[in-house]
Amino acid sequence: MSDLDLFSIVIVSTLIVFFLAQQKAKKWQMTDSGITLHSLPGYYGYLSALWTAIPALLIFAAWSFLEVNATSMLVVGQFAELQALDKSSLSLALNEIHLLAGSGGASSAADASINAQAAVLYLQYMDDSFLLKTSSVLAIAALGFAFTYWRITPATRARNSVEQLTIYALLACATIAILTTVGIVFSVILESIEFFKQIPITDFLFGTHWSPQIAIREDQAGSSGAFGAVPLFWGTIFISIIALMIAGPLGLISAIYLAEYADKKVRSVIKPILEVLAGIPTVVYGFFAAITIGPLVRDFGNYLRDIGVNLDIEIMANLTVSTESALAAGLVMGMMIVPFILSLSDDVISAVPDAMRDGSTAMGATKSETVWKVIVPAALPGIVGGFLLAISRAIGETMIVLMAAGVAANLTANPMDAVTTVTTQIVTLLTGDQEFDSVKTLAAFALGLGLFITTLLLNIIALHVVRKYREQYE
Amino acid sequence: MNDKSEVELLQELGDTVGKPTIEGNPRMSCRNVDVFYNKDSQAIFDVSVDLAKNEILAMIGPSGCGKSTLLRCLNRMNDTIDDCVVKGEIKLDGEDIHSKSIDPVLLRSNVGMVFQKPNPFPKSIYDNVAYGPKLHGLTRNNAELDDLVEESLTKAGLWKETKDRLNKPGTGLSGGQQQRLCIARTMAVKPEVILMDEPTSALDPIATATIEELMYELKSSYTIAVVTHSMQQAARISDRTAYFHLGRLVEVNQTNTVFTNPEHELTENYITGRFG
Repeated sequence: MSDLDLFSIVIVSTLIVFFLAQQKAKKWQMTDSGITLHSLPGYYGYLSALWTAIPALLIFAAWSFLEVNATSMLVVGQFAELQALDKSSLSLALNEIHLLAGSGGASSAADASINAQAAVLYLQYMDDSFLLKTSSVLAIAALGFAFTYWRITPATRARNSVEQLTIYALLACATIAILTTVGIVFSVILESIEFFKQIPITDFLFGTHWSPQIAIREDQAGSSGAFGAVPLFWGTIFISIIALMIAGPLGLISAIYLAEYADKKVRSVIKPILEVLAGIPTVVYGFFAAITIGPLVRDFGNYLRDIGVNLDIEIMANLTVSTESALAAGLVMGMMIVPFILSLSDDVISAVPDAMRDGSTAMGATKSETVWKVIVPAALPGIVGGFLLAISRAIGETMIVLMAAGVAANLTANPMDAVTTVTTQIVTLLTGDQEFDSVKTLAAFALGLGLFITTLLLNIIALHVVRKYREQYE
Repeated sequence: MNDKSEVELLQELGDTVGKPTIEGNPRMSCRNVDVFYNKDSQAIFDVSVDLAKNEILAMIGPSGCGKSTLLRCLNRMNDTIDDCVVKGEIKLDGEDIHSKSIDPVLLRSNVGMVFQKPNPFPKSIYDNVAYGPKLHGLTRNNAELDDLVEESLTKAGLWKETKDRLNKPGTGLSGGQQQRLCIARTMAVKPEVILMDEPTSALDPIATATIEELMYELKSSYTIAVVTHSMQQAARISDRTAYFHLGRLVEVNQTNTVFTNPEHELTENYITGRFG
């Protein structure tokens, strides 16, 4: 018998309990004409079923979750040799024990190493644990069944109790989502604290030099590493600004066209196309940026430089031009967030009450006067909220910048030059063979934390602005 | 009394009884107006009626009888509705408002409209009133604009209440004040005719009384057509009353006559509360 069998048994018995309790309630209904049920028979079924299933499944889940660690600890307790090991060696040894236990190799008596003995013991303990688990889960299920089935009477407020249990179930689901988020945030914060123990936080926040390569061997050429994050955050902001300068006007104006001018036919064609555009994976935008837009921007930059040389304009003649550029990444990222801005703006513009349009039209305003002087101002908070959400999307975007903006951490205002972003650096820091406790990898967590805080703030502002807008009209 | 069923009365509906047209030069006149939505559903059948200068014409009738539709024809607001077709002749000061020489945008500044639900723009009180004059370039400088705003707000009886808070949003006013702001806004573009589509249906009785007084005062300078569901309101404020039924104009008469001695049986049924 396995965990799955046990789980199935609980589920099947829950179904049986449901029908039993429902039948019991139906019988009252049939025989005793004087008695009225408080709830429909189904609710008595649900109530008994829930009391049978939920405590049993909770025990089942908790036990399964803790079982491996608890058993391992018990095994370690039996062997002085294992207790003597330090933390990392112990986890290695435990890995081997689990492997041995899993492959069944532990049963060969010839193998007399400590780990093999431990594995045998481990298997034995696991068997015991399963037996104990099965009996307690079934006992709890039976208790739950007994607790409700024999106690339900026609007057039992089954409906209300089921309602209560439903609320707890919903709460539990919401809690899981929240706890996951909290867990991620905490792990990032903890690793960041490790990082800041080694690199002062001021160096990270205000340093302008980013060069995370650290010499691994004593004789290796290379710097000791510099972790000034300013060029990365600047690169992120720079590319986002370029993207927003493209996507903002384009998205807003298209949204105005769609919401105010386009007839139904045009809308029914354009809307699905936009949804397709929003569904294109960002890596595909990345190809486009790296293969098409990047070289175009480079050629344009070279052209500008030639003009600069010919006309002797110093700034233009000294222009740094590279294939991987902030401009290329920004342009393509702008294209990527256009559907996002468009659909959010379209929603808020459509949500402006028709009374506004009528009012303005009746004052003798033309359509475009109405749009620019009444509709857009009325929808402005929502539009701004949409822009902010789009920016947080742009800031977190990775693939396009990785492929189009480069990895060189330049602090530059020249859009033709290569820049790098926070996300790109996180990727380069954590991909490939890495030790996960070096300063270099810890830096990725610090960057992640910075990024997380930035987008969080933007989202809070955006949601606040959007909510304020809603209050005005609903 | 009521010998005939409503169906029979409807079948007999012929020409409008009473005095739909007036002698002399009307401010606005409608002749044989038909309105269609979606080609095959007709909202208004062959309506002819005049609006005299400086009068209040009340338009009453059960829901869906076409009174609001007719009102929206008078300043071509129905143009903004797709599939809405208006046939027949509507004249403002003797000129057909559907003729090519008429700009519907300008027409709407001559024939203003106040809506059922107060709909101030999400701007300051001042900007709400200044919106129209700015659009049409009615003033040459800021001082003139200030004067016009004050004048309009004063006419709407809102100046005293709002003079200290002109820069506050118009949406922050109470419902009745908002509606008076909308009336002030409409007057600021100096129209000849003001159309009101159930202007008090969203207001409490006190605010309603204020608006009714205002309408009565405005009569001296404007021609007003008002759609209302309240027969008492029609009786209190209007000079003439038009009764609509299922897209047809049944009867137009002096308000007194309509409410004391209606000519048509359908009108009588309606005002005595037998249906509608």
